[in-house]
Amino acid sequence: MRPRAGRVVAGVAQGAAAQLRLDPVVLRLAFVLLTILDGVGVVAYAALWMFTATEQTEHPHGSRDWGQVAAYGLLGFAFGALALVSGAAAGGLAMWPIAVGGIGSLILWQQAEPGRRQKWMTSTVGRVRATWVRSGIGLLLVGVGVIGFLAAQDQLAQASTGLVFTAVVLGGVALIAAPWLAGLWRELQKERTERIRQEERAEVAAHVHDSVLHTLTLIQRAAHDPREVTRLARSQERDLRNWLYMPKQDADATLAAAVRRAAAEEEDAHGVPIEIVCVGDCDLDDGLRAMVHATRQSMVNAAKYSESPVVSVYLEVEPGEATVFVRDRGKGFVLDDVPDDRMGIRQSIIGRMERFGGTARVKTAPGEGTEITLTMKRTTP
Amino acid sequence: MKTVRVLIVDDHRLFRSGVRAELGPSIQVVGEAEDVESAVATIAELEPDVVLLDVHMPGGGGVEVLRRVLGSGAQVRFLALSVSDAAEDVIGVIRGGARGYVTKTISGAELTDAITRVADGDAVFSPRLAGFVLDAFASTEAPPIDPELDSLTQREREVLRLIARGYAYKEIAKELFISVKTVETHVSSVLRKLQLSNRHELSRWATARRLV
Repeated sequence: MRPRAGRVVAGVAQGAAAQLRLDPVVLRLAFVLLTILDGVGVVAYAALWMFTATEQTEHPHGSRDWGQVAAYGLLGFAFGALALVSGAAAGGLAMWPIAVGGIGSLILWQQAEPGRRQKWMTSTVGRVRATWVRSGIGLLLVGVGVIGFLAAQDQLAQASTGLVFTAVVLGGVALIAAPWLAGLWRELQKERTERIRQEERAEVAAHVHDSVLHTLTLIQRAAHDPREVTRLARSQERDLRNWLYMPKQDADATLAAAVRRAAAEEEDAHGVPIEIVCVGDCDLDDGLRAMVHATRQSMVNAAKYSESPVVSVYLEVEPGEATVFVRDRGKGFVLDDVPDDRMGIRQSIIGRMERFGGTARVKTAPGEGTEITLTMKRTTP
Repeated sequence: MKTVRVLIVDDHRLFRSGVRAELGPSIQVVGEAEDVESAVATIAELEPDVVLLDVHMPGGGGVEVLRRVLGSGAQVRFLALSVSDAAEDVIGVIRGGARGYVTKTISGAELTDAITRVADGDAVFSPRLAGFVLDAFASTEAPPIDPELDSLTQREREVLRLIARGYAYKEIAKELFISVKTVETHVSSVLRKLQLSNRHELSRWATARRLV
């Protein structure tokens, strides 16, 4: 499908580019180049022109960018002239570096925004001035090459001399163009870094907005309820700390991460701060998973019934076993008074640990707080 | 009981006034500072008993204040107080010479108690700091370079474990059938090891473990 708007000749390149998801400039330059090298470009263009349909549009007179037509015409002319001068008209290998360099810089040029082009222009001019020695030598080489080539025309028999001067011309052009192209490349890299930085900043802003600002709003609305305010603040604090410092940990894979997650969830659910300290870590196995469940149940008990302002959890992983302490400074209770059918402590904590070969000790007395110690053998590294 | 003269060093004004309001009557806040430069100058001028030191501040942070003040040979005690629980910060400021480390979520009463302790020459370990120390001293199998400094005694380990479990000094003393003074001695000894041990694993461990 050839679009009508924005075409240069008949919209062939633009249509094909849309199909191939390329920049039309690339195809246009390809057509120009193929035309110069051996005329294939014109043929291909004509063929595609015939075989592709025109876009149906309400504006029969699609706009044509005459400036671009002139630019591509000039470009083709310039390439052609250069090809003639350098004796590479029939697709000689020498042509390729120029072609590639030219196309590359034009693509860069075409895709840059106007402001950046302006900057490139000024910086290029500045650079040329700064490296005028190099430019001078380059120009000299080109001059010598051209003169030498013209001189060599008289002795066409000695074709090798012609080739030598062709090389000299190319060397000169390369010398002039190299710093400029390198500058373009550096600019492009710089722009990319800048873009990455901007994306990172946007990500941080998004995170702060989604989490921190949101929580601050909730805190203002819950200002009458100190418990809720504390809960919100702690939850946000934990979230932010994890985001800032914590390596991504898989709570389904390692013991410390699983205990941390359980503590975070119960803290959120019951609004009582749960302070957690972990020393060492190891992979989870069935026994340790059971211990995480028992730990969670111990935290729930402490948060719900002890009336302690804070619950302390300490996890220590040693070579042979793992131990968890869940402690509160709440009102405590008499263990023997707990009826056998109370699921929490007897089944979910002690029973569960013993089924997996671990132990659970409960140390408590009225007014003394409670500490539950869970120990489990390790089978994982 | 004599009052303890305290200087608060923190770059957040709101936080400074909050702490000031929370401290008990046994503490007298003699001044405030908000960056490294003013902290160093004010400490030299006021000679407080204890400096409450924020870890993150413009101009190099708490560690820089410690380096400049303790480097000049001044007899001031520092208690680090920070929102950061990162091992790097905690271990860094303790090795810089602070006598203790508590987080800013600490209650006014606990902070008052911690300041009094530091003023008396004792060390103050939060449960998390105790956990860090246990982890740091346990994490390597390499033989210690200086056995006296590079490893913890069984008793010190027990004390640290109880701190990590959320026990107060008094509760630890009761649990281990020792006096509170003995608990304090053990903690001070751990602090000394933490500060003097040359084992480079300690710093490396802290850097590698940027955990909260």
